[in-house]
Amino acid sequence: MVKSLFFASYGVVLLLLSFSGAFARRRATTTTIYVAILMLGLLGPMVLGDFTFQLTVLWMMILFALTWDIMGGQMGYNSLGNIFFFGAGMYISAVVQIAVVYDVAEYTASFGAIQISFTEAQYFTGLMLGMIAAALGAVVLAVLLGSAVFGLRGPYFAIGTLGLALAAGELVGTWEYVGGGGGISMPVYPGDPDERARVFYFLIFTASISTFLFLKWLYSTRFGLAINAIRDSENKAEAMGIHTRRYKTVAWSVAAFFLGLTGAVFGNMVGFIEPLEVAFPTITFGIFMVAMSLLGGKGTLWGPVIGAILFHYIKELTWAHLLGWQWVALGTIIVVNVVFFQQGILGWIQDRWPEKFGVMVEPGAGDDGGKSVGAELGKTAP
Amino acid sequence: MSTMIDVRGVSKSFGGVVANHDISLKVPEGGITGLIGPNGSGKTTLFNTIVGTHPVDSGSIFFEGKEISKLTVQKIARLGLLRTFQQTHIYGQMNCVQNMLVSVPHRKEAFLDIFKKYPPEVYERADELLEFVGLFSKRKLQAGDLSFGQQKLLEFAMALMNDPKVLLLDEPTAGINPTLINGLIDRLKRANQELGITLFVIEHNMRVIMNLAENIYCLAHGELLAEGTPESIQNDQRVIDAYLGAH
Repeated sequence: MVKSLFFASYGVVLLLLSFSGAFARRRATTTTIYVAILMLGLLGPMVLGDFTFQLTVLWMMILFALTWDIMGGQMGYNSLGNIFFFGAGMYISAVVQIAVVYDVAEYTASFGAIQISFTEAQYFTGLMLGMIAAALGAVVLAVLLGSAVFGLRGPYFAIGTLGLALAAGELVGTWEYVGGGGGISMPVYPGDPDERARVFYFLIFTASISTFLFLKWLYSTRFGLAINAIRDSENKAEAMGIHTRRYKTVAWSVAAFFLGLTGAVFGNMVGFIEPLEVAFPTITFGIFMVAMSLLGGKGTLWGPVIGAILFHYIKELTWAHLLGWQWVALGTIIVVNVVFFQQGILGWIQDRWPEKFGVMVEPGAGDDGGKSVGAELGKTAP
Repeated sequence: MSTMIDVRGVSKSFGGVVANHDISLKVPEGGITGLIGPNGSGKTTLFNTIVGTHPVDSGSIFFEGKEISKLTVQKIARLGLLRTFQQTHIYGQMNCVQNMLVSVPHRKEAFLDIFKKYPPEVYERADELLEFVGLFSKRKLQAGDLSFGQQKLLEFAMALMNDPKVLLLDEPTAGINPTLINGLIDRLKRANQELGITLFVIEHNMRVIMNLAENIYCLAHGELLAEGTPESIQNDQRVIDAYLGAH
């Protein structure tokens, strides 16, 4: 009991830090918040050893929400199939890791009967190569599949991508080379279980933090404005000559890169992968990433982070204390969110106090409409 | 004066509705050309066809001597042939300055350019053009919160930011406060003279178009009815009949 209170307060502190991150304007404040979150993340598995798995999933949820928001929030393309890249990365990594020391078809056909003990060097080389291949492979898949689904807009894109993830799960289930529906037992970690848990924690924690920092930078470039423009009016963006297809492909590729990487790590952490529940869990992780972004406030940098922390904690708490009602609780959150707070928590706060976020609602000076015809039109063409 | 846009025998139907039938017209470089006609006469359809929103059924369109009737909207826009919309199309959740920044020309944008930031002169140019259309004091407002008339002005400024060769304006004065219309006519003329942008303007306000254009085409029922100077169009019996419903 004391331990779970400790676990809960960890979440509350993280949540408060994220809120202050969203409001912070001065550079010094922002840096302090980043350092505090970093410290909290590094200390997590040390002070909350029993909860390392839950904490790992927490950081993974933050990564899920952040990557979903690139397309769903910032670009207005609601993908329901982003989980596809997670599963694809998981399988790519598994194949690479096994192929480093053994024949893949033989290994998977044995359904775990073949126990190969990987040496430390073999294991970590395989894991490293697997993660790289997973991230890059997911990007290649995003580019290829993007060319097929980017012609779809609105609800058609949502359904099209959902179909993609569902189909991937079914197809992998019939593909004997990767173990079919029976799945693959991942190579066994060569070391102590506690150390194993910490290694995977730090891999996912690092991936999550990197995603955040990368997106923070990415949204400050031309890319950020261009995908916002596509969200607000894709017809206008096209009419203005913006390379919309290029931006959409990059946006999906960035999401795919981080999801593929995380899929690779998560597969190893779980130890056994199979298509429907672990690799392509469309109705759990696949929907959670959407729900978390919407809850926190889509189209903002911190919104998905806040949404993910809150959602994950409510999920963990209902699982522990309201067993049997956990899906009802999660469903209620989603319904309340969609019906009453469509902008999400951060979006709602932003609508309420726009000046705190540098959004102006009143003109700074008087209306000068029509009077400034005499303004210079010197040609400092861009 | 060379021809910028050369429309040759363009037809376009939607199902059984013939929106444009065998239309040919020329937009000369550096000038202001008008396009008038009663509601439903096919003016906007012709604009959409020129900028590539939908394919032509027959005929062809040339821009600076290059056939463009098979190109996509984005490619045509990057050639320097831009249009504004009758119903405003702006980026509603972004502020005016952001709307301007994202409108920089994409003609030479290389792949890696999308990860760059905007240089200071682009910000200066954005402010300058917002000042030009009279929206400088509203530059930090969300574009979606502007009035319809202000959004039209913003859209005009965004088009100028894109540095086009030809600008197709679909009813630039519709929804604009009558007292501001004179200022807008002045701005359109200055964009034409000082920036050298060729204008092709759809307009219902006769006072505006007669004041602005050097040459006017009139459409009715999807067909080209008349062409000429403002004076000759004003006195053309066929045009008068079309507007008064005698056609």
